[in-house]
Amino acid sequence: MLFINGLAAISPQPTLNGDQFFREIKEYDTNMLQCIEPDYREFFHPNALRRASRVLKLGWSGAKICLDDAKIKIPDSICLGTGKGCFKSTETFLFSVNENKEEFVPPSPFIQSAHGSIAAQIAIQTGCQNYNMTYSHRAFSFESALLDAIMLLQERKYTNVLLGGVDEIQEIQFKTFERIGHYKKPGISNLQLLNDNSQGTIAGEGSTFFLLENSSGKNTYAGIKAVHTFSNPPDASSIKTEINNFLQREGLSAEDIDLVLLGLNGDVLFDHIYYDMMKTVFSENKQAFFKHLCGEYHTSSAFAIWLAAKMIRKQEIPETILLNDQPAGKLSNILIYNHYRNVNHSLLLIGSHK
Amino acid sequence: MGEKHGHIFVTGMGIISSLGTGVPEQLEKLRAGETGIGPIRNLETRLAGKLMAGEIPFTDKKLARLARVTDTKGISRGALLGIIAAREAMKDTNFNDPQIRTGIISGTTAEAMTNIERYLKDFLSNDSKNEYIESQDWGFSTEVIARELGIHGYMSTINTACSSAANAIMTGARMIKHGLLDRVLVGGTDALSKVMLNGFHALMIVDPESCKPFDRNRQGLNIGEGAAYLVIESERTARKDKILCELSGYGNSNEAYHLTALSPDGDGTAMAMNNALEESGLHPGEIDYINAHGTGSLNSDLSEALGLEKIFGKNAPLFSSTKPFTGHTLGSVGALEAVFSVLALQNNLVFPNLNFRQPMEEVSIQPYTGNTSGLTVNHVMSNSFGFGGNNTSLIFSKA
Repeated sequence: MLFINGLAAISPQPTLNGDQFFREIKEYDTNMLQCIEPDYREFFHPNALRRASRVLKLGWSGAKICLDDAKIKIPDSICLGTGKGCFKSTETFLFSVNENKEEFVPPSPFIQSAHGSIAAQIAIQTGCQNYNMTYSHRAFSFESALLDAIMLLQERKYTNVLLGGVDEIQEIQFKTFERIGHYKKPGISNLQLLNDNSQGTIAGEGSTFFLLENSSGKNTYAGIKAVHTFSNPPDASSIKTEINNFLQREGLSAEDIDLVLLGLNGDVLFDHIYYDMMKTVFSENKQAFFKHLCGEYHTSSAFAIWLAAKMIRKQEIPETILLNDQPAGKLSNILIYNHYRNVNHSLLLIGSHK
Repeated sequence: MGEKHGHIFVTGMGIISSLGTGVPEQLEKLRAGETGIGPIRNLETRLAGKLMAGEIPFTDKKLARLARVTDTKGISRGALLGIIAAREAMKDTNFNDPQIRTGIISGTTAEAMTNIERYLKDFLSNDSKNEYIESQDWGFSTEVIARELGIHGYMSTINTACSSAANAIMTGARMIKHGLLDRVLVGGTDALSKVMLNGFHALMIVDPESCKPFDRNRQGLNIGEGAAYLVIESERTARKDKILCELSGYGNSNEAYHLTALSPDGDGTAMAMNNALEESGLHPGEIDYINAHGTGSLNSDLSEALGLEKIFGKNAPLFSSTKPFTGHTLGSVGALEAVFSVLALQNNLVFPNLNFRQPMEEVSIQPYTGNTSGLTVNHVMSNSFGFGGNNTSLIFSKA
């Protein structure tokens, strides 16, 4: 088990204000949930602030809040997941290339267009010269980074890992994917996400970070016990097998799970997979979901872990995420099951460290 | 997770680059000292005629035939290149054994841009190119390759710019060592893109002529395209008669210096090389050949040469950059050069650093230009350094 000894989430919810989000959920009526951003002047020198793209700002401020929470100045290694990374800078550069007809194109957006620059920015700000990795594979981006973090800490070469999941909504990307039905029409309340019987979901974004170590301490929130990914399952029964095998490998069965946190996103084309699991494998479990809070994005499972860790520490479940009224007991094991368009499936087990 | 697993073996490899299609064609051109860099013919860009590139001389249609794809709907050039290289790498692989857990980890950086730069106007105004929308993504090519090759296990994609593929190889090896997988298809793919060509051009680090790595008068790099994959396996599953060599070391570091430039003192590149040597248990003196990153850009070559002197002293082993052969294929380049490293071991060869004339003033080492016979090559180091100061070194050894 890895211990979460620091965390931070910049999200469309008031997640930077302690436990406020347990009481106060922000309602949106757009199909695009954008982050409530911190005052970036606290995180950057004025010159750097002027130059930095929005995703670099989101990334570094999320990382810094997490490091402060863990009372660590320089992380020992950095693993990052981002699905769309710095694509906005790429697009800006592409527009400029076309506008300028490939002559005298200003290079600044190109410099910030490399995906690795989010993690590189964190390395530069902290002076961490060790291991630095960026995974970018749709809804496996954060899971891959987490798996790497688990390996790193088992290898005992580094004392801690700063693990992050960062994605921003990019207007052009949003528009193009809206064209092929990935998003709902605007005007739906995020709090009614599952009641709107239509195709598509609502877009989201976030910058979520964890400081992971091999040992627990005073500031430990919870432990990450295991992660498993699988792709393109042929049918529902193979998903059930994956879930059961995953739990079995961890020495657990479904009844040991105190809360199942599901990636339901309101898309009628794909949510039936979750409902199938809710009726079968998880029929006796307390069930919850989270994407009405953060929207759908490639690294949203990082937000789910953040939520799980907060709930385990507080031993409380915010009303807004609950899907059924199974009685609440002690929150020891939370299972997160997420899938992206029935292609990238992931299982994450978060547990109490006590 | 399972117990530590010892050695990692390379049991297959495949490649397509401007040097040719398949491993034998690469070797032939490398031996003959023939470059793949030339005028740009396929890519639509106003820079064609001004800049040269290591472009693969096939249209996408021709690549689709070579790749034998079942479904070309919405496909990207990078995915096609990847399938061609992956098929060659896995041609002798037995997929039917469910006991062998097989995954894919790919590195790519320019891939997501090739379709968006062609079709963005359509994406934003009409439905004619909708099939390509989902290819604006780094995981796309990996998922297409997995589908075409029938890989159902773990899949992931790394994007750390020019060290992406080297990092994919390293991550695959670590997953085997941790007992998470038995066999991984590792490598990378990147197609030539207008965005990348213009980006490096705007940074003024493209040599209008052929690149001249480690030369005093170097002016920058040439962009290329290509894909390469290795099959790496655990000791338990690798068949003895299939073993090409061992992946004996790997190491990564980050400079924390600048978003695009390497630190000028060579500390960052030295750290990656040192980490790889530590992992392999080899002494610097045991390395016979270094396939350098050597892009031909002013800053990067100097950092690498200084790093080499830090680790190996003034008597560095033979080293050369093969980028004057292929161009800099960005996200996939670490995989192309991993294949070249295996070829060096198999054939006791060191490839010449083309276009080198005059040594750099700041260092006393110079690259190999190809006048030595009767070499023995037992251990090869391959360096890949990326934007953001993400540095990775790999070591391949005779098994």
